[in-house]
Amino acid sequence: MSLQQIVFGVLSIISIISALGVILSKNPVTSVLCLIVTFFTIAGHYIMLNAQFLAVVHIIVYAGAIMVLFLFVIMLMNLNAEIEPQKRNWLKYAGAISGGALLLVLLGALREADVTPLQSGSTDIGLISNLGKTLFNQYVVPFEVSSILFLSAMVGAVVIGKKEA
Amino acid sequence: MPVQYYIFLSIVLFCIGVMGVLMRRNAIIIFMCIELMLNAVNLLLVAFSKMWADAGRVDAGGAQIFVFFIMVVAAAEVAAGLAIIVMIYRNSQSVDINIMNRLKN
Repeated sequence: MSLQQIVFGVLSIISIISALGVILSKNPVTSVLCLIVTFFTIAGHYIMLNAQFLAVVHIIVYAGAIMVLFLFVIMLMNLNAEIEPQKRNWLKYAGAISGGALLLVLLGALREADVTPLQSGSTDIGLISNLGKTLFNQYVVPFEVSSILFLSAMVGAVVIGKKEA
Repeated sequence: MPVQYYIFLSIVLFCIGVMGVLMRRNAIIIFMCIELMLNAVNLLLVAFSKMWADAGRVDAGGAQIFVFFIMVVAAAEVAAGLAIIVMIYRNSQSVDINIMNRLKN
């Protein structure tokens, strides 16, 4: 068992446990903290896959921006465990069972997938210079469109969040 | 190391996200589960990008560009969605999604 597989196993176990913590914890703040742990382990996976630029962007965007937004919103509203209604327990079991069935189907379908194994050597495809060349040579138009998307999302959030006149 | 490991990890994370969306009533937690599903797909795309790069393809960076755009769209979605949730909370003092079926009247 190589070092790479050991690191992969540890990261995977942490990320799966903390992802379960997201959906099972009663307190929303605990969910957000578990989600931050999951995001950091996914960033570790990106580094192992030689996607250094994506790992940094992932930490900045998700752990930095999105999670702060979530925490801010949760602290803004006065949520606690008894606000979430506990009635209709069978709906919870139905959700768990159908999610588990989807898991089994996908695992069974892809168990025999024939793909070539990853080599342990590093590639430079995920470095920022190569990604930047790809981004600005082939994907300039989506890049500019995404800036319009961001602008409209910001303006939309401000307009929605304003008190109705 | 086989790519199957990453495929299995992505499937598990995605299904945990699906379970969370189906099980929880809190709209914010449903949002976080959507983020989890997006991240599972991102991880799979990055693993396939590494696989293509190992195979000597020069265009393997395209998958990572897609991950970049998914992150951009997720950030925009969170900004708008949390604004909507805050407004629902202000109007009804709750983020329970069962309350939102009043939209149909």
